[in-house]
Amino acid sequence: MASHGIKNRVAIIGMGCTRFTEHWDKGLDDLLIESSDLAFKSAGIAKQDIDAYWLGTAQSAMSGIALARPLQLQGKPVTRVENYCATGSEALRQACYAVASGAYDSAMAIGAEKVKDSGMQGLNAFPVPNDGTARTLTAAAMFSMVAPAYAQKYGVDRADLKRVLARIASKNHANGAKNPLAQFRKEMSVEQLCAMPAVAGDLSVFDCAGVADGSAAAIVVRAEDAHKYTDKPLYIKALSMVAGNGSGLMDPSYDYTTFPEIVQCAADAYAQAGITDPRNQLAMAEVHDCFTPTELVLMEDLGFCPRGTAWSEINNGSFDLDGDLPVNPDGGLKSFGHPVGASGLRMMYEAWLQLRGEAPLERRISTYGKRNLALTHNLGGYPGEMVSFISILGTELD
Amino acid sequence: MKGILSWGTHLPYRRLDRSTIAAVAGTGGGKGTRSVASFDEDATTMGVEAARSAVERSTVAPESLWFSTVAVPYLDKTNATTIHAALRLGSHVAAFDANGSVKSAVGALHAALSMDAPALVVSSDLRSGLPGSTDESAGGDGAAALLVGSSSQGVLLAEYIARGTATEEFLDRWRTPGDNRSKLWEERFGETRYAALAPTAWAAALAQAGLQASDIDHLVVAGTHDRANTSIARSLGARTEAVVDSLATTVGNTGAAHPALLLASALESATPSQVIALVVLADGVEVMIFRTTDALASYEPRRTVAAQVNSVGSITYGRFLAWRGMLTVDPPRRPEPSRPSATATGRSRDWKFGFVGSVDDEGEVHMPPSRLDSERRAMADAHGTIVTYTLDKLSYSLNPPLVFAVVDFDHGGRLPIELTDVDAAEVAIGGRVEMTFRKLFTADGVHNYFWKARPIRGEHQENGAS
Repeated sequence: MASHGIKNRVAIIGMGCTRFTEHWDKGLDDLLIESSDLAFKSAGIAKQDIDAYWLGTAQSAMSGIALARPLQLQGKPVTRVENYCATGSEALRQACYAVASGAYDSAMAIGAEKVKDSGMQGLNAFPVPNDGTARTLTAAAMFSMVAPAYAQKYGVDRADLKRVLARIASKNHANGAKNPLAQFRKEMSVEQLCAMPAVAGDLSVFDCAGVADGSAAAIVVRAEDAHKYTDKPLYIKALSMVAGNGSGLMDPSYDYTTFPEIVQCAADAYAQAGITDPRNQLAMAEVHDCFTPTELVLMEDLGFCPRGTAWSEINNGSFDLDGDLPVNPDGGLKSFGHPVGASGLRMMYEAWLQLRGEAPLERRISTYGKRNLALTHNLGGYPGEMVSFISILGTELD
Repeated sequence: MKGILSWGTHLPYRRLDRSTIAAVAGTGGGKGTRSVASFDEDATTMGVEAARSAVERSTVAPESLWFSTVAVPYLDKTNATTIHAALRLGSHVAAFDANGSVKSAVGALHAALSMDAPALVVSSDLRSGLPGSTDESAGGDGAAALLVGSSSQGVLLAEYIARGTATEEFLDRWRTPGDNRSKLWEERFGETRYAALAPTAWAAALAQAGLQASDIDHLVVAGTHDRANTSIARSLGARTEAVVDSLATTVGNTGAAHPALLLASALESATPSQVIALVVLADGVEVMIFRTTDALASYEPRRTVAAQVNSVGSITYGRFLAWRGMLTVDPPRRPEPSRPSATATGRSRDWKFGFVGSVDDEGEVHMPPSRLDSERRAMADAHGTIVTYTLDKLSYSLNPPLVFAVVDFDHGGRLPIELTDVDAAEVAIGGRVEMTFRKLFTADGVHNYFWKARPIRGEHQENGAS
């Protein structure tokens, strides 16, 4: 029993991503057509030449027909997948394994979410009939419990930590402001962010991911076929996934300063990819900054810095666009927006642009040309009860 | 000999200052306070709290449960079965409603004292009227439970020694089903009828007991007609100091719950071998006479009425009106919750109603219980400590912000759970909490009952409950 991974066996040869925003004039079909068209063009391949499709959507549609119908696919296997907010990543994971197995020569992973048709702010999970005893707390409130726990454990003043969290949001706003596909394209200062009223714990609306519609897609083939389509493929180095069993919610030793599922997931991903020093080997990371305290803890859970130091590293700018490990150079969930099923693939889209030198100069990562590995991290759920996904992508077959 | 084996009471945490009513309603109000059921309480949940206390304090298991209220959460469906489930009574224990009128509660008590087997009699009520009305200001919310049986079944705290009754049809107050208020005839008419009927019932009970009015040590008069309650208490010939405080200035008249609530209050101040008379004025007059036993001296209620009268939080009149459905406030802009599934609820009955978890092979407590664990653990009476907490202004709540805490229970188990009966500013890490049965929301007419945590307050703090 082991997690072997599929390092260097599969490559991404084309990607597409719509703008993430409140697409009042576009439905799910429009978003799927737009991102898939971009991906087809990117790879120079037609839809009938893709052997199989995986559609990730958390709650905008059900079944593969939701993709087959708008794209008018003919006799293709299309599978709809869902894994909370890691849905888009899960679609890619399934597509990669299908190609790696030899079952198909090519596959598309496409993620999309149409969230702004509900008439409500925020994300609203569709209800499964139940006994009525499940928590009704918002995700914002669940993640808000991380900040005071972290402050207490590491002796950080609560006001200082609030500024650290604001700095995370400010960095992601600054990155998003440079990105034409991002939902929010406005820089926000730490002072502005600290002045926002709290809505959940100490968190304001500006500590939360943007809620947007959007779609992103990737086309994968066997690594040895990649150069038929592109000179600059992205090779899959690792695909790691852990589904927590909810034990954090009932474990008295759990202290809300770490996400154990992510620590396990990272260990597996680094083993698959052969990474021993992520801080110095990775060129960039796209992480699941659903709320600002999440990004804080992720820096430690992903091994980017020792326990208890992320807050000072963030203050020092280590994870800024010009820092020594840029994190969320595209603006992250915070600024790029979070259409649930699309977000995991959107993260890979940024790695696709940055590692291949296609991100415009004004928002190019500081590590470009020096390192060639990117990490994407995508989670779903809450502290104590989450699914975690990590991919590692690289430009070289070594 | 029949009598009382144990009792329990529940008064909600909040009080409305009656002097704040007139400024809004333009009329009404008065002196003192009235008790106000929380937005997440109804007659059933308050009944559960009172009944838990009664059952916990006796070794005798009831073989039937009787529930009375005017503020019925359900018609057609039995409400007593919810209490039955929350108490985790066996399926062989019957559960019945005797609902609709204030008098139903004393009727259920009378019936229970006539049975061979021990019975749990639960009464609970929420009293309201239109804004500015006397019913609104003089009413109160609360619940009381009496476990009754015979001396052969358990140790009696008070023996039931006599009763008298006088029944008559007359129109004093009435409510059409579906209305949110009662209507009243001219006050003098009802007072006259009670004055005419009370001596008959009173004399019959005294004669059966072989007592004089002056032998009564504690006289409880409860009923639907506050003026008659006061005048009849004075007219029965009992000593002035024997008249038990009606709680009118602190709690208000709790309707169907009031007879048992005041009887509990009398028992809490009584000493052994004293005589307590309960007189209920409700569409006739019922009199029940009890004599306390030596066992009363060592009985400690889980929560005394006095402690609950004193340990209180406040509520504004505006929020009171909103909670009572008299003021429609902007609902949360979140999807309304779905009704709980009857079948899913049926499968998780012990968890949802009884708050029963499970324990795995390594001793970890699972809440909700795991299908893989064979050991079950009842958690309803466990106390816990707040590990961390948060305030959620975004979540659907009838009383925002939603206060939510991660609670570690004293003998194992952790649960993130909503707090209630709490002001956001007083929540603190390290705070001590206990579990309370509440209504999370109502959807499609289905009341979603479950448990919440609340701060431990009052005299029972840290030593009263097991």
